[in-house]
Amino acid sequence: MMKTSTKLLSRIYIWLILIILYAPIVFIAVFSFTEAKSLGNWTGFSMNLYKNLFTGSMQNSSALLSAVENTLLIALIASLLATMLGTVAAIGIYNMKGRAKNVMTFLNNIPMINPDIITGVSLFLLFVFLRISQGYTTVILAHITFCTPYVVLNVLPKLSQMNPNIYEAALDLGATPGQALRKVMIPALRPGMISGFILSFTMSLDDFAVTFFTRGTIGLDTLSTYIYADARKGGLTPELKPLMTILFLIILVVLLVINIRQSKNNDKK
Amino acid sequence: MAKDERIINIQHLSKSFGDKKVLDDINLYVRRGEFLTLLGPSGCGKTTLLRMIAGFMQPDEGSILLDGKDIAGVPPHERPLNTVFQRYALFPHLDVYDNIAFGLKLKKTPEDEIDKRVRKVLKLVAMSDYEDRDVETLSGGQQQRIAIARAIVNQPKVLLLDEPLAALDLKMRKDMQIELKEMHRKLGITFIYVTHDQEEALTLSDTIVVINEGKIQQIGTPTDIYNEPVNAFVADFIGESNILKGRMIKDRRVAFIKHQFDCVDEGFGEDVPVDVVVRPEDIYFTTDPAKCQFKATVNSCIFKGVHYEMWVDTDTGYELMIQDYDPYPVGSEVMLYIDPDDIQVMKKERRSNVLSGVVKDEETIRIFDADFPIPNDFEPGTDVVVDVPFDGVELLDNLDEGVLNGEVHFILYMGNHYHLYVKTEDSDYFYVDTNDIWDKGDLVGIKLLPETIKLSKKDEND
Repeated sequence: MMKTSTKLLSRIYIWLILIILYAPIVFIAVFSFTEAKSLGNWTGFSMNLYKNLFTGSMQNSSALLSAVENTLLIALIASLLATMLGTVAAIGIYNMKGRAKNVMTFLNNIPMINPDIITGVSLFLLFVFLRISQGYTTVILAHITFCTPYVVLNVLPKLSQMNPNIYEAALDLGATPGQALRKVMIPALRPGMISGFILSFTMSLDDFAVTFFTRGTIGLDTLSTYIYADARKGGLTPELKPLMTILFLIILVVLLVINIRQSKNNDKK
Repeated sequence: MAKDERIINIQHLSKSFGDKKVLDDINLYVRRGEFLTLLGPSGCGKTTLLRMIAGFMQPDEGSILLDGKDIAGVPPHERPLNTVFQRYALFPHLDVYDNIAFGLKLKKTPEDEIDKRVRKVLKLVAMSDYEDRDVETLSGGQQQRIAIARAIVNQPKVLLLDEPLAALDLKMRKDMQIELKEMHRKLGITFIYVTHDQEEALTLSDTIVVINEGKIQQIGTPTDIYNEPVNAFVADFIGESNILKGRMIKDRRVAFIKHQFDCVDEGFGEDVPVDVVVRPEDIYFTTDPAKCQFKATVNSCIFKGVHYEMWVDTDTGYELMIQDYDPYPVGSEVMLYIDPDDIQVMKKERRSNVLSGVVKDEETIRIFDADFPIPNDFEPGTDVVVDVPFDGVELLDNLDEGVLNGEVHFILYMGNHYHLYVKTEDSDYFYVDTNDIWDKGDLVGIKLLPETIKLSKKDEND
């Protein structure tokens, strides 16, 4: 008897937590299927918001579209470059000895803990000091800055799992250093690089503070800065609700694919 | 002809890591087709030497000649050598076939030839049905075979093997030893093999190079090294042995354990201190008083599978190890003899610690950057030679009481006392005779006993 009641309690507990976590997302998703302007009003099921979003027959649709484009492009470029930079840095840190290695790992961790607002403001000041005109480039540079440590963090464990001699083994078998890197090191590190890339991509997608301080005054908007401005202007544009729902679904699918791939990999072993 | 036979010739090779000299003036040649083993304890420099031959490290001084040409500037991927690594180092993302074909594909070998050669080596290492297997699903022994196949498929001039069997269990290791020897015979490739396992070295090699502290101790065939070790280190490292202080009385006559024996060694001079090695299987029991050379009491007897290992106390107070097929009960009195052939006499490497010092004042001499209290009559600033006998060095548990600190680096049991090499932090050595039991790695304080020390002014010509 006792057992079943504790079991029931623990089930209720886990469901409660899940509901609290997912309620806001479900809320937006549900209300994306109605036409009401103000949030929380249900005026009957309708696909009109989706229609408006895709046909562009909404207020400011071109600005929203370019914000989405900017967001995806910045995230893609920044996380690709951060993956390359972070992988090379991880190899460097891994080959360091003793104290220097610990110091470098520690230094790598600090930017991740550092509040975004501080990163944003300090990058802003740096760019001003260096007289770099702010815009697309500075946003990408800033995003690379805060993404790279995550790549390093994901690649380092792969390096420790790797047999330390495989690079030398490749050289020994006639590979040039470049070939050894391409044919042996990168395949061995690939899982870490992919998870570092995905993490960077999502970090870049949802960044607000750093982008806000480094985008300059040329009117560059990403999704997060656009929504912020939009919300301040006089209520959220209703078409953002379906957009967020779609983004959430895309991320959900990506996560599912990664998880399935990983469990398949584990089954193989 | 003789020169042509040398596929690898190493001359005056030295290498340091920071202040530590890991290889010191190595001179060595490898004959074409031979199985040569670099043997020594861990940290002796043998792997460093192998890595320099492979090209992963550059020597500080000296040269490595391959077929008469210096390969100093040649990067590893251009050297016609292949390595079998200690922990296999197979490529985890490739299957067995692609691992083995890796080198051939880089050389743009035609597909059908790659296929033929991969199948041939797989057969040679008895792994024919495994070509599609993921390397991580293979056992340690199987991975080892693939690592060997991956190296020899490239038909290297020399195959380098870095402790390839160290990670396998004993039974597997014995089987692989036989297979390696067989492969070496079939392939005709020169093998350079690194190991710390003396038994493995004795089983496999045509030539053994014993290395310690970055220096070559002895080069020879397994029988030479076992039967005629040149110094106490080699005797102690290869097989079991009784190492004893002795005195050459004249040619073919030597004294040790306070008895005199006939031997076969000549040319040491008369009345000269030497070291003597007697293998435990070379001391024989007898019941014939005419044959008996000395008596002893058995103090322990342990069964070791094939033979019994016994420790006996001689009538003169020395302890000796004896191996025999028949056990003798503990406490029994036995009569023993040693054949002249089985006594190996070695020149003493040193008879005392000969240190150079500078006089600081009448009470102090500076040696190895430390001030030792030694009364003397020299002017301050004089360079002196300080001769300290082995029993003139005192080792202390309490590090603060020592003038210098050191670590017990090497221990020899000499039958009735221990002979220790104590290494200071600056890698200087003190050689110490003691009755106290220390363990390898113990930290000790070092003091010198002034009354035992002989001082002399340093010769200007030195």
